[in-house]
Amino acid sequence: MITLLYFARLREALGTGREELALPSGISTLGALRDHLSKRGEAWAKEMAVGRNLRAAVNQEIATADTPFKDGDEIAFFPPVTGG
Amino acid sequence: MSVRVQEQDFDVSAELALMRRGNPKIGAIASFVGVVRDINEGDSVATMTLEHYPGMTEKAITEIIDQARGRWEVLDALVVHRIGTLKPTDQIVLVIVASTHRGDAFAACEFIMDFLKTQAPFWKKEITPNGARWVDARVTDSRAAERWGSVEKA
Repeated sequence: MITLLYFARLREALGTGREELALPSGISTLGALRDHLSKRGEAWAKEMAVGRNLRAAVNQEIATADTPFKDGDEIAFFPPVTGG
Repeated sequence: MSVRVQEQDFDVSAELALMRRGNPKIGAIASFVGVVRDINEGDSVATMTLEHYPGMTEKAITEIIDQARGRWEVLDALVVHRIGTLKPTDQIVLVIVASTHRGDAFAACEFIMDFLKTQAPFWKKEITPNGARWVDARVTDSRAAERWGSVEKA
């Protein structure tokens, strides 16, 4: 299982902030996972689209589309940050 | 070095005094306070809500402080960032850096703030007369962080 977290605009648009997911077979990088999630429906297709400016983290470290992940990891997707 | 993410307000004088008394080598303390503005992108802001990524936020800010310590003499540093619902004139963020002399304190304080804006996972949602909206990241904030050059992981 992997833990998926969604924040801010993404959390609202997808209607969930957190889910546990069985590791999808054949998917081992963030880019592939994003593509996999984008096939879940309209909101997912829109928010996870390649052109959408999204950030991601694996186990709370900033990650890129090439970043690999494994079973048990915590993966977060979120919009560019706006604190301060 | 200390990082706090909290709903409650902070007392700048109390935090400054605490740091000053903590180390007699301190000769300069620079501080920055971020405040909620009443106008953003041309619309009046009634309130804003700050969301964060518990755990990663604290880690990201700690890493930014560590990077500042690699560049300047930092005797002590404190970052306090508020979450939850805030209104115009409220304090949002406090950065305090203590050093022997002012140059390092000023530079490290600005560096920490510039990277906090672009790296620390916080998100603002504003309530305006036109409804609620998530604040977009600013290009000027990315440029402010970029002018410090490449940053190696500490």
